[in-house]
Amino acid sequence: MTAISNLSRRGFLKGIVGSGALILGAHYVPTLLWADESAPNRTQVDLATLHPNIFVGVDTDGTVHIVAHRSEMGTVIRTSLPMVVADELDADWKRVKVEQAIGDARYGDQNTDGSHSIRSFYDTMRQAGATARFMLIQAAAQQWGVPASECKTDLHVVVHSASGRQIGYGELATAASKLPVPKKEELQLKKKDAWRYIGKGMDSIDLTDLCTGKALYGMDVRLDGMLYASIEHPPVFGGKVKSYDDKAPLQVAGVQQTVPIDAFKPPCGFQPLGGIAVIADNTWSAFQGRKKLNIAWEHGANETYDSGAYEKELHETARQPGKAIRTEGDVDSEFAKAGPVFEGDYYVPLLAHASMEPLVALADFKDGKATVWAPTQNPQAVQAIVSQQLGISKEDVICHVTLLGGGFGRKSKPDYVAEAAVLSKKTGHPVKVVWTREDDIKFDYYNAVAAMYLKASLDAKGKPTAWLQRSVFPPIPSIFDVNAVYGDASHLQQGWTDMPYNIPNIRVENGPAKAHVRIGWLRSVANIYHAFAVQTFTDELAHRAGRDPADYLLELIGSPRTLNLKATGYPNYGASPDTYPWETGRLRRVTEMAIEKSGWGKRKLRKGSGMGIAAHRSFLTYVAAVVEVEVSADGDITIPRVDMAVDAGLVVNPEITRAQFEGAAVFGTSVARSGEITAKDGRIVQSNFYDYPVARINEAPYQTNVYLVESDAPPAGVGEPGVPPFVPALCNAIFAATGKRIRQLPLSRTNLARGVDSSRTQAANGRPWLSLSE
Amino acid sequence: MIQLKINGVARSFSGSPDMPLLWYLRDELGLTGTKFGCGVALCGACTVHRNGEAVRSCVTPMSSVAGADVTTIEAVGGNGLHPVQAAWMKHNVPQCGYCQSGQIMQAIALLRATPKPTDEQIDDGMAGNICRCGTYQRIRAAIKTAAKESV
Ligand code: FES
Ligand code: FES
Repeated sequence: MTAISNLSRRGFLKGIVGSGALILGAHYVPTLLWADESAPNRTQVDLATLHPNIFVGVDTDGTVHIVAHRSEMGTVIRTSLPMVVADELDADWKRVKVEQAIGDARYGDQNTDGSHSIRSFYDTMRQAGATARFMLIQAAAQQWGVPASECKTDLHVVVHSASGRQIGYGELATAASKLPVPKKEELQLKKKDAWRYIGKGMDSIDLTDLCTGKALYGMDVRLDGMLYASIEHPPVFGGKVKSYDDKAPLQVAGVQQTVPIDAFKPPCGFQPLGGIAVIADNTWSAFQGRKKLNIAWEHGANETYDSGAYEKELHETARQPGKAIRTEGDVDSEFAKAGPVFEGDYYVPLLAHASMEPLVALADFKDGKATVWAPTQNPQAVQAIVSQQLGISKEDVICHVTLLGGGFGRKSKPDYVAEAAVLSKKTGHPVKVVWTREDDIKFDYYNAVAAMYLKASLDAKGKPTAWLQRSVFPPIPSIFDVNAVYGDASHLQQGWTDMPYNIPNIRVENGPAKAHVRIGWLRSVANIYHAFAVQTFTDELAHRAGRDPADYLLELIGSPRTLNLKATGYPNYGASPDTYPWETGRLRRVTEMAIEKSGWGKRKLRKGSGMGIAAHRSFLTYVAAVVEVEVSADGDITIPRVDMAVDAGLVVNPEITRAQFEGAAVFGTSVARSGEITAKDGRIVQSNFYDYPVARINEAPYQTNVYLVESDAPPAGVGEPGVPPFVPALCNAIFAATGKRIRQLPLSRTNLARGVDSSRTQAANGRPWLSLSE
Repeated sequence: MIQLKINGVARSFSGSPDMPLLWYLRDELGLTGTKFGCGVALCGACTVHRNGEAVRSCVTPMSSVAGADVTTIEAVGGNGLHPVQAAWMKHNVPQCGYCQSGQIMQAIALLRATPKPTDEQIDDGMAGNICRCGTYQRIRAAIKTAAKESV
């Protein structure tokens, strides 16, 4: 094989910079190798003439360098945050170069997860840009001998209007670099009407590369002399290799050796699962060799895990009193009174991420140091697990962050990077670990399977007087503590503790569930199942009360007020409740907007069609969705139109934000239609897109309209919040179209064909899904 | 020895004739624009053109490209952008972008066969290409733009 490499140590930066002629805005500078091996974390910002902080630098030729310290997986974050810096600096976007940071604690949090990159770093980025601008103004004022207060900036220049003089940033960089760095309090941030980029938006700096095959993902990184590895993992979570025979794999052309990887020591955390790696000189040989491995496993305790039996257990637990996490009034005495009481059981199965790029990582262990290249959402977690696995310090782990071919939370968990590092150490070569799609689906950290039980009593007008909700799911903390069975506050908050309705008696509970697979974050996480249960139950009650579901939803949300959840320890997604209060008025507003924009109740629909609505706050963003569905006589569904109203506070990059909500509708379609991971004898049944289908172009919504509320409220999340309300809005639309109530996901469990009575579909707990008990 | 042309350059391959074209492109030639997504012709991320026709390179053995002309995303635009790539940029199609090489190669083949596709023809032509980020609405719009602009 020819030693072609896009990461040749010599002459890096040549050759892969991309086609300059096509670049209209800021450039991305490939920094997948360091310029100076003795200082691996030194960036172009650090090397710039003026660099008042770690995020921005100005060179004497006027080039502005900006560090993107968050991971790019399609949310365009490595454009949007630098854009905020550039705006406050009054920099010309064409003269900006963006580089991707390695994992480095000096940047603070780098875990690109939880829809908080803008929220957590908006102020920091503004201050970073404003600091440089302040110093450039000072430098110009000194040069001209005028007060700084008489100077201001225009695009990439400092101007003294009185004398008509101006001078470019590049010419000022050296003088400015000698000045003291101002304190935060001295800075004057731009007024909104002076913003050049914030709120207007920019295309991704990677757009050209993404359309021409030049973008470098983890899958694409190549190093001279690297080997390829494919790993056979224990088929049951917690299993171990008893013995193995590698004679056959070693006969496969291109296979060099096999290497065992130790099973993890519980709790699993982000350790490798263990197994046998086949090492070869290309990916295909590694795959072929692996198929020929003969391994005897010791499966361990999870071999008895069966997802069908487990489903039944969860439902039974959900019918038992659980741990109260929010109590207002007294639901029990209200339920004991005469009057109708309704209850329902809901179910959402395990879900896999199935990012388009399967997991992959390249590691090079040499001289006691590990350098890795990975599509990771969390490079600092990579440093932590690799250092632990190799017995070296965190500082000796250099983690370069490539582009991510999707992440959705899976790539926050760096087990696959640790595998590459372990194999590089064991083989003495750079090793790239490539997961197959089958590995990706079978060895995920799944979104938790959940059973929910809801109960409400209604007054004569159909309004709830008491509301009980209980959810049961194996919690994410189980990957860090094998005994964890209850939900933690940060996941119970997700659409559960904060049930926003204005009802005098409320109790929110959680029951225990033991995990038998790895559980993890997936785009919007617990909000998926919690919003499904609450918003479906709401729709059911509306129909019971003979009310229009949209009116009824508005009535339950009630008049504008601020939820006080202090007593529950509500984490509010890690944000202060003073800065980001839970305002029902904003939920109401998006709901009204979705009703109006979608033409709710006004549009004539075709036979077999229906519209459904749902509203939900997650990641501090308020979203209402109206979905129109068409169900054919055979029960096939199509989604002609979706309308989503969104209040995410200030929106930095509106076009990109709309795209996130369009994508969320498609992601939600996959969850609803076919998202289901099951297990038999402890082994995951699904393996590839034929048995874990995700929405295709003909199944996805045809048109998703996104309406952004104009707001000066502080910015909130946009990557995840579209998913939770979409799913129940779709299921409520199916009810409107067919009269069939969807209480369990995915839809593939329910026969929607006309004339087929699905009301007898039984839940695993033996109760009928489709009738509310009265 | 298998002789073929990749992006106009003559190549000869001496490895296993069963090796899928995808891995020859990626691991041996370093043409990493063509992506691995599923390995079994279910996602379309690996789509390239064989004699102008879209094929899934993950299930195309080297033996079946002997004497063929193969074009990948790296060369489909010649020295600039193919009109389909330009339309992709105009509509801001990509999110993570990982599926987009395959989507673009598939769309170019679709438009060659059906220069003015209807919605249904777009569905039929593109249903083999998964985008997990969910950019389908923009893909459809970009295909329509490319169809219009290539009159
Ligand atoms: S990788 Fe070839 S179709 Fe998925
Ligand atoms: S853009 Fe991410 S998979 Fe299509």
